[in-house]
Amino acid sequence: MTAGLEHVREAVGAILERYQHDRGSLVAILQDTQAELGYLAREALVEISTGLDVPMSRVYGVATFFRAFSLTPRGRHTVNVCLGTACHVRGAVRILETIERETGIKAGETSEDLRFSLETVNCVGACALGPIMIVDGKYSGEITVDKVKPLLSMYK
Amino acid sequence: MNRLSSPQELEALRESIVRNRDTRRRCLTICGGTGCLALGAEELIAAFRSEVESRGLISGVDIRVTGCPGFCERGPLVVIEPENILYQRVRPKDVAEIVSETIVSGKIIDRLLYVDPNTGQKAVHESEVPFYKKQLRLLLADNSRIDPNNVNDYIALGGYSALVKAIFKMSPVEVLEEVRKANLRGRGGGGFATARKWQTTRDAEGEPKYVICNCDEGDPGAFMDRSLMEGNPHSAIEGMLIGAYAIGSNEGFIYVRNEYPLAVLHAETAIRQAEECGLLGDNILGSGFSCRISINRGGGAFVCGESTALMASLEGKVGEPRAKYIHTSEKGLWEKPTNLNNVETWANVPLIINKGADWYRQIGTENSKGTKIFSLVGKVNNTGLVEVPMGMTLREIVTDIGGGVPKGKKLKAVQTGGPSGGCIPESMLDIPVDFDELDKVGSMMGSGGMIVMDETNCMVDIARYFISFLEGESCGKCVPCREGLKRMREILTGITEGRGEEEDIERLERLSETLMDSALCGLGQTAPNPVLTSIRYFRDEYQAHIRDKRCPAGVCKALITYSISDKCPGCGLCIKTCPQGAITLVEKKKPVLLDQEKCIKCGACYDVCRLDSVIVK
Repeated sequence: MTAGLEHVREAVGAILERYQHDRGSLVAILQDTQAELGYLAREALVEISTGLDVPMSRVYGVATFFRAFSLTPRGRHTVNVCLGTACHVRGAVRILETIERETGIKAGETSEDLRFSLETVNCVGACALGPIMIVDGKYSGEITVDKVKPLLSMYK
Repeated sequence: MNRLSSPQELEALRESIVRNRDTRRRCLTICGGTGCLALGAEELIAAFRSEVESRGLISGVDIRVTGCPGFCERGPLVVIEPENILYQRVRPKDVAEIVSETIVSGKIIDRLLYVDPNTGQKAVHESEVPFYKKQLRLLLADNSRIDPNNVNDYIALGGYSALVKAIFKMSPVEVLEEVRKANLRGRGGGGFATARKWQTTRDAEGEPKYVICNCDEGDPGAFMDRSLMEGNPHSAIEGMLIGAYAIGSNEGFIYVRNEYPLAVLHAETAIRQAEECGLLGDNILGSGFSCRISINRGGGAFVCGESTALMASLEGKVGEPRAKYIHTSEKGLWEKPTNLNNVETWANVPLIINKGADWYRQIGTENSKGTKIFSLVGKVNNTGLVEVPMGMTLREIVTDIGGGVPKGKKLKAVQTGGPSGGCIPESMLDIPVDFDELDKVGSMMGSGGMIVMDETNCMVDIARYFISFLEGESCGKCVPCREGLKRMREILTGITEGRGEEEDIERLERLSETLMDSALCGLGQTAPNPVLTSIRYFRDEYQAHIRDKRCPAGVCKALITYSISDKCPGCGLCIKTCPQGAITLVEKKKPVLLDQEKCIKCGACYDVCRLDSVIVK
């Protein structure tokens, strides 16, 4: 999903207003921008840099430091695999490997057809259900290797 | 919600709420915490609402969606008051029966009751369940009684009475003294004396002063703070207000990690409602004391749980820590005196003020007072949140409360303290849970994550896991951490892939020493702990990997093979599941054939086999 420049300017402008152009709120501004536009397009970062009067290098630094941000377009469906300790001891790595094989992408990547984005997360705090797979915000717990393919096929 | 302008008005409100609540009224309490939501609680809640409405029972039955009471293994959880009947693993298809049998006719549905797997005994009431019975749930108990979206629930239970006592009946110094007498120690991992931190901030030069609530909870496997912030955000807010009063601060921040959207939502609601009531903001209850609190979200960085990195992130910068020879209590956020405490630490404060330090000191050990919430996870029957007095042994927690290891496997180790902690072997599990005792064995209390491991977990793999995790989360600012973790990860990966060398253990120990001595912040300084404890207590496993190229636990892919046992009856379920087509049917009723050349050791056949016929060695 690429963003037209006008749309970006409008969206970012509104967000900067909401935070009263406060430099300290850079992380929150980036979060809201990503939520609005789907990812942090370069044009959006430029707008934020200008609007807050913060060097682009600093904005870029923060945008690439935090795991939550993506500078490339995301897929239609986001798959999150928890790799927290509790899930790890219950075999989360094999689940991740299976998903990577089924989708053809590695963690941190988006499939070419923009169907899936695959991310790993270090504990979502639902450890009783481990291993956990979250697709588009919907949690599926107690995942085993054989459940992966049927689950992914539900998302077009 | 009317704005309250005096403590008397708060009392009057409390009395009127309690008076108007008929405790004999039927109330369906459903857990709406993240864990139960992941198990379908949203559909369950909707099903109950629609069933109660369609049966015309709305006027006689309350439905309260609460926070997480901690018994996550058995979710979704429903408690029916006033009888305190607990139903576990409730599904939408059970709803109609629950309403007609229990709500209307008062009958108990046996199959939804908790059964103790060790004794076979059924528990009808929540209070009978062994998991809860052995805990001392000073902080968590209220999670079952409060709808976090309704401040009245908190007020009805006595909420904000500690704040009233502090700001109207005590001086700031007296409040600080009470917390000092109670010997409250930080619950975020450091175990630092809370009152000492407050004192330093109070004495420091500079205005304004800030208070911060650290809800970044990055330790994987830990979710105590999530449950407190989701289920009872007012307990942290009240604690922060009391602390702010003692320190001389008028502004606070709650920093919640990005991965806890529900906690963020509930905290925002709580702040808004507290402000509307006059319990937060300007001139609280007419006392003249003002304090505002706002919420900030993390961006997905473990290092931001470290206080200086957290503050950097609050300033809109990259979450890099700085050296702490100047404490943040003196120069913290925006170079001003800042007091940062963990959620659980703040939540203990109203308790201490209300019941007094003398009462608090009766709980716990000599130097570790009060209770601690642990997230008991991993290879344990009763996964969930456990709140116990300091001093209970690890074994009691894992066995008596946790119900031991599932599937008859042998308990191997318990890891405490997250990536900064260590693995404690089964033989040492009789140590009491206590800040200093855990330090002595090379681990630490940490934030409260308690990971149980069994014989099928490889300790070398666990060490590699933690180092990889920390390598990914390292901010990269200092050389020892940035380069040291990379080298340690390479060495550990080599060992798990059969390329280990005799000198590797010594290399790991030397690197560990370097990191502990010279890394800039706690992340790097404590990173060696899981490695050092696994070497100390499980050296034989390292030797097996290095010398024999063998993984005794059957985990490290390069060192194991999958094979089919003789007792395999040839049902063929694995044949369809194998992504490589490596399994073929030989003959009916005979074991299937697994082609080792094609096998990629993905584990699909092992997971799908119902007859224990896949061997991993």
